[in-house]
Amino acid sequence: MSSACRQEEIINQHVVPEERPGAVILEIQGLFSKLVPLECILCYLLDANCSLFLAVVVGQSRLLISYQSADIHCGNCLLEAWYFLWLTDLLRFRWRQHRVAETRTSLLWNGDQAAGMARLVTASQLHWPMLHPVRMGFRSQGKSKEAEIKRINKELANIRSKFKGDKALDGYSKKKYVCKLLFIFLLGHDIDFGHMEAVNLLSSNRYTEKQIGYLFISVLVNSNSELIRLVNNAVKNDLGSRNPTFTGLALHCIANVGSREMAEAFAGEIPKILVAGDTMDSVKQSAALCLLRLYRTSPDLVPMGDWTSRVVHLLNDQHLGVVTAAASLITTLAQKNPEEFKTSVSLAVSRLSRIVTSASTDLQDYTYYFVPAPWLSVKLLRLLQCYPPPDPAVRGRLTECLETILNKAQEPPKSKKVQHSNAKNAVLFEAISLITHHDSEPNLLVRACNQLGQFLQHRETNLRYLALESMCTLASSEFSHEAVKTHIETVINALKTERDVSVRQRAVDLLYAMCDRSNAQQIVAEMLSYLETADYSIREEIVLKVAILAEKYAVDYTWYVDTILNLIRIAGDYVSEEVWYRVIQIVVNRDDVQGYAAKTVFEALQAPACHENLVKVGGYILGEFGNLIAGDPRSSPLTQFHLLHSKFHLCSVPSRALLLSTYIKFVNLFPEVKGTIQDVLRSDSQLKNADVELQQRAVEYLRLSTVASTDILATVLEEMPPFPERESSILAKLKKKKGPSTVTDLEEAKRERSADVNGGPEPAPASASTASTPSPSADLLGLGAAPPVPTGPPPSSGGLLVDVFSDLPSAVAPLAPGSEDNFARFVCKNNGVLFENQLLQIGLKSEFRQNLGRMFIFYGNKTSTQFLSFTPTLICSDDLQANLSLQTKPVDPTVDGGAQVQQAVNIECVSDFTEAPVLNIQFRYGGTFQNVSVKLPITLNKFFQPTEMASQDFFQRWKQLSNPQQEVQNIFKAKHPMDTEITKAKIIGFGSALLEEVDPNPANFVGAGIIHTKTTQIGCLLRLEPNLQAQMYRLTLRTSRETVSQRLCELLSEQF
Amino acid sequence: MIKAILIFNNHGKPRLSKFYQPYSEDTQQQIIRETFHLVSKRDENVCNFLEGGLLIGGSDNKLIYRHYATLYFVFCVDSSESELGILDLIQVFVETLDKCFENVCELDLIFHVDKVHNILAEMVMGGMVLETNMNEIVTQIEAQNKLEKSETFIFQSPRQDR
Repeated sequence: MSSACRQEEIINQHVVPEERPGAVILEIQGLFSKLVPLECILCYLLDANCSLFLAVVVGQSRLLISYQSADIHCGNCLLEAWYFLWLTDLLRFRWRQHRVAETRTSLLWNGDQAAGMARLVTASQLHWPMLHPVRMGFRSQGKSKEAEIKRINKELANIRSKFKGDKALDGYSKKKYVCKLLFIFLLGHDIDFGHMEAVNLLSSNRYTEKQIGYLFISVLVNSNSELIRLVNNAVKNDLGSRNPTFTGLALHCIANVGSREMAEAFAGEIPKILVAGDTMDSVKQSAALCLLRLYRTSPDLVPMGDWTSRVVHLLNDQHLGVVTAAASLITTLAQKNPEEFKTSVSLAVSRLSRIVTSASTDLQDYTYYFVPAPWLSVKLLRLLQCYPPPDPAVRGRLTECLETILNKAQEPPKSKKVQHSNAKNAVLFEAISLITHHDSEPNLLVRACNQLGQFLQHRETNLRYLALESMCTLASSEFSHEAVKTHIETVINALKTERDVSVRQRAVDLLYAMCDRSNAQQIVAEMLSYLETADYSIREEIVLKVAILAEKYAVDYTWYVDTILNLIRIAGDYVSEEVWYRVIQIVVNRDDVQGYAAKTVFEALQAPACHENLVKVGGYILGEFGNLIAGDPRSSPLTQFHLLHSKFHLCSVPSRALLLSTYIKFVNLFPEVKGTIQDVLRSDSQLKNADVELQQRAVEYLRLSTVASTDILATVLEEMPPFPERESSILAKLKKKKGPSTVTDLEEAKRERSADVNGGPEPAPASASTASTPSPSADLLGLGAAPPVPTGPPPSSGGLLVDVFSDLPSAVAPLAPGSEDNFARFVCKNNGVLFENQLLQIGLKSEFRQNLGRMFIFYGNKTSTQFLSFTPTLICSDDLQANLSLQTKPVDPTVDGGAQVQQAVNIECVSDFTEAPVLNIQFRYGGTFQNVSVKLPITLNKFFQPTEMASQDFFQRWKQLSNPQQEVQNIFKAKHPMDTEITKAKIIGFGSALLEEVDPNPANFVGAGIIHTKTTQIGCLLRLEPNLQAQMYRLTLRTSRETVSQRLCELLSEQF
Repeated sequence: MIKAILIFNNHGKPRLSKFYQPYSEDTQQQIIRETFHLVSKRDENVCNFLEGGLLIGGSDNKLIYRHYATLYFVFCVDSSESELGILDLIQVFVETLDKCFENVCELDLIFHVDKVHNILAEMVMGGMVLETNMNEIVTQIEAQNKLEKSETFIFQSPRQDR
């Protein structure tokens, strides 16, 4: 196709809005090309409506920009001023008059400039607000979202009709429409057709059609199994094709979709293609990566075999592209099957050595800005990180390689281009990563560390970032830890001066990694001072890190207490519960710091505004150890109490509950303030508090303080026993935050080096620690029968409780709070959300017919972390089991973050029943065990079939059921506003028919229906009589079976 | 591995998205928005790496990006990729686009969705780097174009194209 033709095509296809004839534009362009033999022509046209149409043409053959706007003409220009100047200086053409108004060809610009302006590669500093494209006639940056949607719907309808139309589309049109669909999909609109057309394209013999079909499939098909089967057929054909281009397309498709079905179909085939002698290089490359993808999706379907040794030998291939692909494949496979691929180590080393020592021109095209094959070098160095240091012979050669790479870093650059240094340093960083991984050559480690030290002050931000990151891992090596530490000032400086938050974050990480007892005080102080100005996004992480370092390296626990209190002062909002629980655990466990802690919190609480977390810590510590400072008249018991109580009213309910516990502890510690405290407890704001927890505490504590003797008080309110030592919950939290891989190794390494600084008090019984946890739900008096089991609380609100119990997955959690309410809501409806907390959402969808039902339970993971060992169980009592049969299949034990799984339950009602099944869900979230129970709303009324009947029939039957056992009546107060329409809807939702004009009193409601069970059918009649004055209802149920009447009456009474 | 390749303009309008892990359509759009939000607020001349957003998998992943004129090129990768390597790969990608489109600009990405995908497919496959040698990539693309042209020639005249 000629270039003119192409241009025309572009204009027709994309640029010309429908209402403007394309021919006019072309004519104008033709005009220009004659008039102005410029390389670049820029024109704009005013049409009758004064809206502007603008096109930039470069080299008379390329359309670069098109723009359509009334704004420019009005002077309200979206264009930058200088650009507008160009416009006016350039050719003008009013197409109404068909003449060129002005032609100034001695322009400010020449072809180069124009080209330069349009180039993405060179013109990064230019800002082009006008590049909002006009595509298919609509502006993606349109005036309104609605207009865009309207336009797109129109376009979709058009394409749909083209696809469905009688006329077979030619290849070009198919391609055009598929491209449009892709673009519409990219803009975020759903595409619900075209899939079949795309699949049909796959079996075309023509490359263009096939290719566009594959493109559509790889972008738009996810796991529509029906379709995948069809796609698989086409892929199979192409895979076996003699045409390597087709084979390549098929391999790309498999790699891009990578579903399990595809793995099942092709996992056996691809290794053969990969190692066959006659396979072309490009196909080999694709086959290697395709196999890798399938192995990632379904490792079980890719069996190791003879082919593995031949794959290893691909590392010797002539073609560097093949070697790169093979290195990627082997790296992944070797992680799971190190034995199979052991031989790759020596091959990789020799290959690497050949690359590193080659002159920069040897590898021709694979030399990138004077660096020989940088990507391959990186891949090989990665591969070597799957294995421990090789045996001596190979090791010598490898060390030589690594030394060469380190030496090269010191050589003057061969090019000033940033690409040169990027490529060179990519290899260097990977080499350092390998050196750190081997962790066996002190000499190399120290050299690596020095090299990174140089980078720490490099002017390239990227290098500083990477140097900080790499040093983190170096810091955990015993050979280089000291060397890393010498850079502490630079790193602290980076923390203070770097403009980029990503870099500062790396600096925090590195400080954390290089911290040991010698520099802990300095590092913690720097982090604290940085915290005052730190970005909000990283504050919580810094708080956790400071808390951990302060605890781990505390020689002097007064320093620790000061640090944590500072943390709360500076960033109270970011101090999670784990942090302040931990400071309390440590203070309780170490009696040498208790007095100091009491004194410090007392002083800190003097501040007029202090964070609620400080009040909590203060409340707890003074409640336990307030006596240690009571001797000082400045902190007399009464002063302490007044100080705490002055904060009481500003606090949230959980903190108030904690303070109430502190007060009762004061009663024991300081008999002289008993009266004051009793007065407080007795006040209406406590005794009649709307919050049940506060009210209960106030009542119980008041009673306890009046009835109990001093001895009993002293026993009940005794000082807390030490907490059992275990992994710091803060550390667990940080790990969770950072993901398992990043922190663990470091932590393990560090733990070995750091001696146990906590001391190890004897572990106390777990139940004691439950009672002592400062959580509102824990019963301080220990009067509760069983310790409260967390019913799936969010990790932040009950971290410690969860930790305590994480190791004993109790059988079934008690019903989640609110479960009863939710249950009642489902009596009259079938779909909705049954349960929701911060982690999990359970939705229901159900339908019932006669005595059968089907319920879909949807479990949604609301977090971004996987749920592991996810097991929902349906629990029925023996009685219930006999009357209600439930069948279900287990669900996948892992639920990905953000994902939803569904479970179908088949239900059969055998006989009438009263109880409801319980749905128990157990899973692991992060490190903690979660256990949730909810009542599943399968109730007797679900098996109702409505029956219509006339007034006469109704009363006849009503009389037949007059036996006293058959009738159940309930008179109750209305819980909701008495609205006729709502009541009607509820009765219909309940399942019975609502009979109009049956009851002589029109205010009453009557209903009739049949309960279907497997064994029998039970006719039910109901009558509901509202009394508006008294806001009461009388509900009467008559059925042939007493238990049914009883149960239905119970269920329905709850609804009004 | 590379989890996703995103191109969007300064206003956050997507110009290319390619996901190498299955995400629902909604999530894909959310990821694009989240990524744009993270990347666009950054100054020029800061470093080209940052931790990934929550949707794409949190801090185990990195976003490696470059900003060219009106477009952001963002690669979301996991920890097994070399940051500088990917940064160079972006450069190779753009240079290749530039070669194939002669002075590439934003509109090329819109009008030639298919071509851009094909070029990308020659470089990255299933989330792994397939080929890094620009000449090799351009040769492949030219071969494709030739094939395309020969088919057009055989099966229909260009006039019928429209």
